[in-house]
Amino acid sequence: MNYKAFMAMLARDVRVARRNIVALLFQTFLQPLMFVFIFGRVMVGSGYMPPSYKSLLLPGIMALSMVGTGIWAVAMPLIGEFQFTREIEDRLLAPMDISWVAIEKVVAGTLQALAAGLMVIPFAWLLLRPGVDLSLHRPILFAIVALLVAVFSACGGLALGCSVEQTHIGLMFSLVVAPMIFFGCTYYPWSALDKFPVMQKIVLVNPLVYASEGLRATLVPQFPHLSLLAVFVALFGFNALFLTVGLRQFHKKAVS
Amino acid sequence: MAAGIRTNELRKVYNTAPPLAAGGGGFAFAEKRSKGKQPKPEIVALNGISLDIHSGEIFCLLGPNGAGKSTTVGVLTTRVKPTAGQAWIGEHEVWKEQSAVKRLIGVVAQRPNLDFSLTAREILAFHGAYFGLSSHERNNRAASLLERFKLTDRADQIVRGFSGGMMQRLSIARAMMHDPQVLFLDEPSAGLDPQTRLLLWEIIREYNRSGKTVLLTTHNMEEADALCQRLAIVDHGRIIALGTPTELKASVPGGYLLRLRFGQHSPDLLQRFQALSGVREVRATENNGADLYADRGGSLVSEVANLALAANIELCDVHISEPSLENLFLHHTGRSLRE
Repeated sequence: MNYKAFMAMLARDVRVARRNIVALLFQTFLQPLMFVFIFGRVMVGSGYMPPSYKSLLLPGIMALSMVGTGIWAVAMPLIGEFQFTREIEDRLLAPMDISWVAIEKVVAGTLQALAAGLMVIPFAWLLLRPGVDLSLHRPILFAIVALLVAVFSACGGLALGCSVEQTHIGLMFSLVVAPMIFFGCTYYPWSALDKFPVMQKIVLVNPLVYASEGLRATLVPQFPHLSLLAVFVALFGFNALFLTVGLRQFHKKAVS
Repeated sequence: MAAGIRTNELRKVYNTAPPLAAGGGGFAFAEKRSKGKQPKPEIVALNGISLDIHSGEIFCLLGPNGAGKSTTVGVLTTRVKPTAGQAWIGEHEVWKEQSAVKRLIGVVAQRPNLDFSLTAREILAFHGAYFGLSSHERNNRAASLLERFKLTDRADQIVRGFSGGMMQRLSIARAMMHDPQVLFLDEPSAGLDPQTRLLLWEIIREYNRSGKTVLLTTHNMEEADALCQRLAIVDHGRIIALGTPTELKASVPGGYLLRLRFGQHSPDLLQRFQALSGVREVRATENNGADLYADRGGSLVSEVANLALAANIELCDVHISEPSLENLFLHHTGRSLRE
């Protein structure tokens, strides 16, 4: 690995992100915060949801923001840069193995997802308060879960971004991302699916379930949640899978 | 230390349309595979290319679109994996020592592949950073290259709005940014106005004078003739001729080419042309035509016209070419480079 080239590419991504910061902020936070406002504030305030729903919702929203941000931050530039204009070519010609170009994208996406996750907490807390009952009793476990979720989002973005053509971006969101969000236990805990046993089993193939449940387990442990061990094993497995698939697809796209 | 380029029997066969890294383009179709329900057509882009380009040389690959020029450059620059054969830049085998090779080369692709999220100056500076140049060094080099390529007034603008010619100039500046030992230019003057083309030629010559190797591809014979020390003519993935422009031009029988077209086909008449003084070779072509390779041009026309008149055959069209690489290509393939 060529440390200088790798860091220069990271600096390039930071420069581009900084240039688009306003659009990036809207893209990252507008939708989650609208969800927080409608579900956490309006629905709870009007009595359709119990007050405790506020605390239950927040970790799910955090998972949603992180996963959305990471996938978007890696997949969208990759889809564009591998198109006709081949913008990525200059980086593929940098003096290091091209796998590191893909890994740099994953690192950049992970950092963006972590930033999104950590920033959504205070925003949502401000929108929801009073009555949000977060407890950070196990900060290290929380940090590990957050990191695994961020890496998952970036690796997922790599696998998707290198497998989807520009003409299919809309399809990618309606066929992959939207079902993942709705069946991802973001607005409800996994235990709420007890009455839908078949669905409860099927959604376990959805990595977002482990992301939401893992954050729930470390931020609002008072609610029922999946065991942290299951969360770690699943997220670790998904990360390894998506990274492997992503790197393979990246090589296929990069070299003819 | 300058580095040369060597290839040994390079072959590249695509099972799908050539991806963008290879420059795309049309290729010859080989016979279909019989395996599977719907046999995929195999596209042979390179069919045994062996080259030995000396260090410090300006070498040109000349050929029509789809001849395999871009695929050759793709293989030599680590962007295309060859189906068979080897390639070396200096001492390094391209496919096995990619990072070492990438340090030695600068590449200008056929289409501008600039980073559209950055300004012109940033594109050069980040490119320098990928190659480990210090911040001071890359800023200085970027400024001087922007000046050299007449881009200073647009240096701090995002390149998305640049004209094709400006993008092309910036692509070339970027390839020179890390001062590579070997510079690849794939159709560098396509889309440039004549003035910029001359500037580019001058820059290439100057770069070469500092001992660097330059490999450029073109389908423009004047460019190959003016710029290259040696060249290879490529067609259907094969090298059909290799040498200095002078040598190659001299290898066409006679040098001059008279392309003729008659009202009707007459093998007898063509036989009689063969006997004219200075005519080296006569070939019948499509549509009652004939190509005369000879060591003189204009003075043959009246004799040809007289013979045709005597045989009562109308002479419809005459075209005289002086010794050129175009004639060489025609002689080898029966097709014009421009077709």
